[in-house]
Amino acid sequence: MSTTVEPSTSTGSSTEDAPLLDVRDLRTYFKTEDGIVRAVDGVSFSVKAGQTLGVVGESGCGKSVTMLSVLSLNTKAGRLALGPEANAGAEMEHYLLASKKHTSLSTGSAHFRGEDLLTASSDRLRAIRGGEIAMIFQDPMTSLNPVHTIGAQLIEAAMLHQDITKGAARQIAIESLDDVGIPRAKQRIDDFPHQFSGGMRQRVMIAMALINEPELLIADEPTTALDVTTQSQILGLIRRLQEERGTAVVMITHDLGVVAEVADEVVVMYAARVVERASVFEVFEQPRHPYTWGLLGSLPRPDAVADRLTQIQGQPPSLLNPPPGCRFAPRCTFSFGRCLEDVPELEGSGAGSHLDACFLTDAQKVEEAQRFVTAAATDESA
Amino acid sequence: MSDPILQIDNVVKHFPITKGIVFQRQVAAVQAVDDVSFTVERGETLGIVGESGCGKSTLARCIMRLVEPTSGRIIFDGQDITALSRSQMRSVRREMMMVFQDPYASLNGRKRVGFIVSEPLEVHGIGTPAEQKRRVQELLEVVGLNPEHYNRFPHEFSGGQRQRIGIARALAVNPKLIVCDEPVSALDVSVQAQILNLLKDLQSEFGLTYIFIAHDLNVVRHISDRVGVMYLGKLVDLAGSAELYKHPRHPYTGALLSAIPIANPRVGRERTSTVLEGDVPNPINPPSGCRFHPRCPRAQSDICDAVEPALQERGGGHTTACFFPLERWPLTHEEMATVDRAAAEGVRREVAQAIEAALAPAL
Repeated sequence: MSTTVEPSTSTGSSTEDAPLLDVRDLRTYFKTEDGIVRAVDGVSFSVKAGQTLGVVGESGCGKSVTMLSVLSLNTKAGRLALGPEANAGAEMEHYLLASKKHTSLSTGSAHFRGEDLLTASSDRLRAIRGGEIAMIFQDPMTSLNPVHTIGAQLIEAAMLHQDITKGAARQIAIESLDDVGIPRAKQRIDDFPHQFSGGMRQRVMIAMALINEPELLIADEPTTALDVTTQSQILGLIRRLQEERGTAVVMITHDLGVVAEVADEVVVMYAARVVERASVFEVFEQPRHPYTWGLLGSLPRPDAVADRLTQIQGQPPSLLNPPPGCRFAPRCTFSFGRCLEDVPELEGSGAGSHLDACFLTDAQKVEEAQRFVTAAATDESA
Repeated sequence: MSDPILQIDNVVKHFPITKGIVFQRQVAAVQAVDDVSFTVERGETLGIVGESGCGKSTLARCIMRLVEPTSGRIIFDGQDITALSRSQMRSVRREMMMVFQDPYASLNGRKRVGFIVSEPLEVHGIGTPAEQKRRVQELLEVVGLNPEHYNRFPHEFSGGQRQRIGIARALAVNPKLIVCDEPVSALDVSVQAQILNLLKDLQSEFGLTYIFIAHDLNVVRHISDRVGVMYLGKLVDLAGSAELYKHPRHPYTGALLSAIPIANPRVGRERTSTVLEGDVPNPINPPSGCRFHPRCPRAQSDICDAVEPALQERGGGHTTACFFPLERWPLTHEEMATVDRAAAEGVRREVAQAIEAALAPAL
């Protein structure tokens, strides 16, 4: 059941140097009472400097665990180096079941500027996290410490990664609060998190993430807990800061609308695997995987032609015991014999960088996508 | 076609804030719902949208009389239910049911599905136990669950399936009106589509009337015939859903619409969105005049901050509470912020006269 994945190559006209973050064949398994949960199972993607990668998928598809594994933030995690030809899944299960120390295990590679984060020392990781790679989490209520002022938390973040005095760190903290649009930053720096509204707290989180000028910002559902008007403020803020500083962003979200607005490249995940990877325009205009069609079809649109939404039947599979073959096959209206047995590889259809993991012929994919796109086009014409 | 099943007249709900332990006195009130009126026609779906804290859930609870409205009248099916006693309410509750937001918290985890769904039947004394069981199995089938799951516990179901159980429970006593309070916001998009389709199917099958409360404007647009927009306890805009989304008249509605991310990268990136500044004000001490004026790009001094605009018919079945409704849509940020000078003067004069007239008897 090993999936070999096309190495990610930055194709196209630009002779880009190596991507900023290059994740290959990442697997993270958890040991639970019920068995081994294959939370991430052979995921590959890359992020170029200054770009935004949108990772989209439903709850439990492994999008958050992927990014946590990249930063080795899983608790009690082991890391295992495997040969390239190894049957990684079976070997990992074997190791996890035997291990008394670890309850989770990650394999694969995640090269950040040429350095593999999965084999990096913990000192090195501590320097990278919050320094070169920063992360913002979904819930701004629980990711700030309620018993310290936001100033203390910002100053701590700055002093951990920069060799500066407390006074200078405070100055930087005030500037970064100013940057994210918190009024009267000089006074508010001594306030506690509960004195801020949800949107303001998320701004504080962003200020903290960007205080050390990271090259990569990982945002895990940064606007899910917020109202739409606040969401558009926060997305606008992330976009502006990204333009000013050239930070690359990985935006994890379940909201296709958010992806459409901010992402350059999109990774669609389903049941611990990547099913489609392409530029944002390709994903929305020529989607090639049936799951992507289903996702786009189940979205109520501003000017729906259809009275009924195209729903995806059934539930996502359990990752304890995922179906053999294509994991989407049991819910897929296009599946045929082969889908239930063989695992489709993530591959392109020729020269493009548009990758998908599906056994349908190119003609079928193009035809279905065309049908979908014309429907969507009439949708938006109003 | 006026056959209202529900009429809401000037409903107000203020939650008092008290001080003192022995001698409690009210020091302020959270003005959760303030003077809201509308009617719901039989067989239609009325959507209510607004941001968190705008009072939409409190309004739903007032309609069900799960919280007592401070003042105002609720007329359900020709009967004023505002003053009914608890036992009188019981027979009314058979006709109106509720589906809640959180499918994890709204089902009792210690009871089997059969019990949960048959409880309304039990409460209203409908049928013998055998008939109740048959009814429950029928209901489970109607909402797309396996009738054999009668004896399972809620934790054995996924979020979407639990929401189906909640819907089956609401349908058990054949209600006329179902109030859905954010029924799909806890669900993933593919499951959300399943539930929305189910609600539509049930409506045409059983002739149900829905009040559908949600913060997702696209979801509300999809399911509703008419949509009301609430801001800080007030109903500010009410129109047919196609009309409201194509020609929003209230600046807040416009701002909300331009804040929804569009799942189309070309359309989404080209439009100029009106980003509202700041947060929703505190409902304990709402702004004077129009409650939206501190964040409104069109606000005019001495008008919007002085007098509260009433809901006014603007043609096309569109009622809006604004002195300077939007002329067309979409507007650029500059156009949003410009108000016709002559119109402003006219309104200013009217407002001044109205204030004078109101003060005259006192003088």
